[in-house]
Amino acid sequence: MNFIDLNQWLIKMFFANPFKLKELGILGMNNRNINYIGKLNKRKNFPLVDDKLKTKQIAQEHNIAVPELLGFIEYQVQINNFKHYIKNENGFVIKPAQGSGGKGILVIIKTVGNKFIKPNGVEVGYSDIKRHISNILSGLYSLGGKNDVAVFEKLVEFDSVFDGFSYEGVPDVRVVVYKGYPALAMMRLSTSNSDGKANLHQGAVGVGIDIKTGKALNAVQFDRPVQVHPDTQKPLKELKVPFWDDILLLASKCYDMTNMGYLGADIVIDKNKGPLVLELNARPGLAIQIANGIGAQRRFKKIDKVKYKESDPEKRVLFSKTNF
Amino acid sequence: MKSKNNIIIFSFLLILAALSLMTYKIKYLNFPLFQDETVNIWNIEAKITFNARKEQSASISMTLPSKQDGLMIINEESSSANFGYSNSFINGLKKGNWTKREVQGEQVLYYSIDVIKDPFFKAEQKDEIDEEIFRKEVSTAFVQASTSLLNSIYEKSANGVSFTSLLIKEFNLKEPSQATTMIKNNFMKTNKQKRDTLVQLIDKMGYKVRTIGALYLKDRQRNIELTPMLEVFYKDKWHLFDINKGEISKNSNIFIWQRGSQYLLDAEGVRNSDVRFSVTKNIVPARSAALSKDVKNQNTLLDFSLFVLPNEAQNTFKLLLLVPLGALVVVIMRVFIGIKTSGTFMPILLSMAFIETQLLPGILMFILVVTIGLIVRSYLSYLNLLLVARISAVLIVVVGIMAFVAILSQKLGLQYATSITFFPIIILAWTIERMSIIWEEDGPKEVLLQGSGSLLVSILAFFAMTNSVLSFITFNFPEVLLAVLGVIILLGRYSGYRLSELYRFKSMVD
Repeated sequence: MNFIDLNQWLIKMFFANPFKLKELGILGMNNRNINYIGKLNKRKNFPLVDDKLKTKQIAQEHNIAVPELLGFIEYQVQINNFKHYIKNENGFVIKPAQGSGGKGILVIIKTVGNKFIKPNGVEVGYSDIKRHISNILSGLYSLGGKNDVAVFEKLVEFDSVFDGFSYEGVPDVRVVVYKGYPALAMMRLSTSNSDGKANLHQGAVGVGIDIKTGKALNAVQFDRPVQVHPDTQKPLKELKVPFWDDILLLASKCYDMTNMGYLGADIVIDKNKGPLVLELNARPGLAIQIANGIGAQRRFKKIDKVKYKESDPEKRVLFSKTNF
Repeated sequence: MKSKNNIIIFSFLLILAALSLMTYKIKYLNFPLFQDETVNIWNIEAKITFNARKEQSASISMTLPSKQDGLMIINEESSSANFGYSNSFINGLKKGNWTKREVQGEQVLYYSIDVIKDPFFKAEQKDEIDEEIFRKEVSTAFVQASTSLLNSIYEKSANGVSFTSLLIKEFNLKEPSQATTMIKNNFMKTNKQKRDTLVQLIDKMGYKVRTIGALYLKDRQRNIELTPMLEVFYKDKWHLFDINKGEISKNSNIFIWQRGSQYLLDAEGVRNSDVRFSVTKNIVPARSAALSKDVKNQNTLLDFSLFVLPNEAQNTFKLLLLVPLGALVVVIMRVFIGIKTSGTFMPILLSMAFIETQLLPGILMFILVVTIGLIVRSYLSYLNLLLVARISAVLIVVVGIMAFVAILSQKLGLQYATSITFFPIIILAWTIERMSIIWEEDGPKEVLLQGSGSLLVSILAFFAMTNSVLSFITFNFPEVLLAVLGVIILLGRYSGYRLSELYRFKSMVD
């Protein structure tokens, strides 16, 4: 084997042919930034999505189900107010409105007298919680350290259908909504690698979900295909998402609420309330393509062919379900 | 689509503008494209010698050359110990005047000029120096001999120029006629006499003529006199003649020092004054020649260039102008390759630090500082400090580490000891802060990935910025920045795949 052959072999071994990728309609980062985020997502709408408090408030106006807002604290002097917010609650969550990557989220699953119990069983007191809120307000968890708002919401009680599919963490469904049409969906399962977080680049498993049925398609971890959950060994093919139509409808409605043409909706399923929008993302990533085994642009192009503006989210969901 | 076309046109216009400016500077201002291009500078030195007279003040004035087409005087210098020096203009003639009250013994004055050839240089036409030819009383023998000679040449010629050519040719014949020989033997004993006689003869025929003292630009000429020449006016133009060679059509090799027959040297209060010339060729880098030229030229383009800045500011700009190159490297690495760096332009600042510290010591110091910084920072995160306080703490730690490293390397006898101060400490502190956040959020693997990505990009940027060809071009042709801008704008519209994505999506085509 001479040098050139070896070279070509190495290139073929590690790199995909770009023309083949284009043929498959796979969306690249540059293309996403210029032609999708840049064109479809208006800058002025970004705060709606980046600020969880704003998202929640506008979602309630649009009748979109979200984990219930118990209250929020903007200034250090209001810190003691939190007792009012949680007095009727057993479990609750405190999060920074502009936090990223799950930092600064405090989950309390149970209140026993003056003690609050975290998911790992550790008890914390009032003063610990007050210090946490103070840290959030002074920007400890927000990007660039700007002052932030502490948001209180009701604890989501997770449905038991996902038992065994997720390790330690919260499974959620990411739906990429293109011009209001659900285009791609993926379940994100935390692993021991991802340290209980549902971010794919941290090692969470992404399972592509069929838009028609809500059943699992392919699964990936670190951008490479996997068959079973790395921690629980449960075959990922068996995964089926309940309330699938409701989830798609919820995701589709988020478009009308934010006017973002390229949007990622993160949805969790509450045992009692069904699907709830946990957060929105104006820059959804590209790994969802690998999890689904399909190029996003194939679906985007089908949606682009619809010439009229469909304002009924249910009809948009129907379109997606029949075409994808 | 329309905006895309606009952007392409816009960036091509930028690139085109840069290229045409460059071409203009190379072609018409003789800017060199590469560092090692050289040109010849001719140094012409006049050496005036004289002896002092007792108790008399000395006043010496010498006719200085005026501007000449095709040759540009880029530097004039007069060196004369303890003599007062001034310039004066008399009847459009430039003169240099040396004066001193008390002079003793033999004295030497120097006056030197640097000349370069520039075919595009045109001397502005000043008032023509018309010369009164002093008509000497001559013997009847000379008149007779010359009359027959002049008449025969006049018959054969058409105008002043051809007449002069034929006349000079006549006197240079190997076997001249009797009349010619007579004039030659009696009135042309020296070259100077020959020239003066020729001027007399041409003037006699009614042609406009003037005397010239010039120098041939040939290397290593020492202790020479001005070569006597003459100029004849015909059809709005003066034509130059060498009295031995005839008409000179291309005079870029001849430097005219003196026009007209007034004395070259005018000395009062001294004895034995004389002036001798020497011509030397110097080879200099083309850029410095081009630069000293436009000081004279007052070219508006260059009048507004970086070279008008003081030297210190120029050196700063030498470095600043390289930053866009670093930015270009960053854009290419991120848009085409998809390398992750911590902080968009941190690699550029890092590579600027590397320029000062040298590459290898710089990399080692960077790794050392960041590693120690991360260790300290991991302790700080236990303290749960607020952001500003935390970064300030890291900042202080960074300064401490830098001092420690400097002292340590000094003790170990390493020469790079103090160059560590060139690292931008604020940037280092932020890098440490950002990396420790990445460590907490995404794990050590991501820190390593982004850290080595930043290092790789900054090493590449370092090579781009220290490349002598590139830095030479950016400083001499700052308009290249427009081209870089155009390229970056074009790259900003690249919506194709990154190399890293070809790897990432590999599993999808299998």
